[in-house]
Amino acid sequence: MTLLDVALAVAGLLAVAGGVAVVSTKQLVRAGLWLVVALGAVAVEFLLLGAEFAAWVQVLIYVGAVVVLLLFAVMLTRAPIGPSPDLDRPLLPALLVGAAAGLGLAGLFAAAFGRLTVPAPGAGTAQKLGTAIFDDWVLPFEVLSVLLLAALVGAIVLSRRESTR
Amino acid sequence: MTWEIVLRVALVAVAFLTLPLLVGQTEHKVMAHMQARLGPMYAGAFHGWAQLIADGVKFAQKEDLTPREADGPVFRLAPAVALLPYLLVLLVIPLGPGDLVGQPLDVGLFFVLAIVGVGVVAVLMAAWASANKYALIGGLRAAAQLLGYELPFVLAAASVAMAAGSLSLPQIVASWRPWWLLWQLPAMLVFFVAGLAEIRRPPFDMPIADSELVFGYLTEYTGLRFAFFLLAEYVGIVVISALTAALFLGGWHGPWADSVGWLWMLLKTALVAFVVIWLRVAWPRLREDQLQRLCWLILVPVALAQLILTAAVRVALQ
Repeated sequence: MTLLDVALAVAGLLAVAGGVAVVSTKQLVRAGLWLVVALGAVAVEFLLLGAEFAAWVQVLIYVGAVVVLLLFAVMLTRAPIGPSPDLDRPLLPALLVGAAAGLGLAGLFAAAFGRLTVPAPGAGTAQKLGTAIFDDWVLPFEVLSVLLLAALVGAIVLSRRESTR
Repeated sequence: MTWEIVLRVALVAVAFLTLPLLVGQTEHKVMAHMQARLGPMYAGAFHGWAQLIADGVKFAQKEDLTPREADGPVFRLAPAVALLPYLLVLLVIPLGPGDLVGQPLDVGLFFVLAIVGVGVVAVLMAAWASANKYALIGGLRAAAQLLGYELPFVLAAASVAMAAGSLSLPQIVASWRPWWLLWQLPAMLVFFVAGLAEIRRPPFDMPIADSELVFGYLTEYTGLRFAFFLLAEYVGIVVISALTAALFLGGWHGPWADSVGWLWMLLKTALVAFVVIWLRVAWPRLREDQLQRLCWLILVPVALAQLILTAAVRVALQ
């Protein structure tokens, strides 16, 4: 049990607590703000594990863009201060699915990697990540790029006004 | 080793507390003289040098109000969220050659871009938690503006990172050459304009447009919390100026850089900050549609073209 382990555990707890708060709060916008806490704690986990670049990507993309976009959309449509009574939140199915997925994944990982020891891969620098992406994983990278491009084109087509002639 | 880190962080904290005040005072004076006024003249006797200290005392004395309908915790937390990112950014900006930097970071540039983006969350928090329509509209404008301008901001920074072949700020400054001034000129202009929009300075102050939105997302803030937001704006000027100076103007490069490099960096930062102030006096506020058009139809294409140019020159030089 080193200091790093403790820090990891604390960040993990924070991430899980943030996640629980997202789905349990009655206030719509606060749910988005709790998401910042959860995703930020995940970034801290990355940082503690030495994946510096991934950590800052997490902050830039998720905290800086995805959550902001989400909050923006919520505030554009409806954003009451105080609780929203009409939130559709079935407790029992959610608990069942959440617990089954969480415990199942935990069991799976523990069974698969529990006794495995891997040498620490060293710090995840930008250079290492770049080399890996454009060397070993260049095909998946390109496929993902095409997929993203297709999604972008689709979004533009869907959001275009019809009467432009 | 430990005391060295403490010393570095303490020095950055000192810079964090003094440089924005210097910029603020300069703004008072420069704006005044550009408008044929004198500006503050009484506080501190000599040309009103203590005006901002007096302002600080005034803010501290004011009542700390939270509107009844507001979402209290979020409302009170927002100013801190607005201020903290800039403090962290100042840590990694190199002041001089060698290790004259708060904390050398392997992916410093990326860190800066990521952390500056967090500021939007604070704006949205303030806007929504105020329970005020002006504040909410201001917040929405700010979010739309910041989301849009983040793109050219990051692309322009990526261009200079590509030119230097590094994401570390000290290394980028170290590999800077004078001819980059020409090579990276479009990126510099894009970065500076997008940076201005990121810190919501005039002419990009649509989110707080005082003639239509009272004071946008800051409408309900008083006292120290309002001062925090103001301080965040001025630290923002310091950060954007310092980044522009470090990335595009060569940071500490200059005659006798080994001994007075830090002075060059401060000088260039001050010069860019002066331009920021100048723009506030000289330009009318951009309308919302003009603002978005400038971003998507001019800045983004220019930034993309610059990326291609940078790549082409890099490949040609190898």
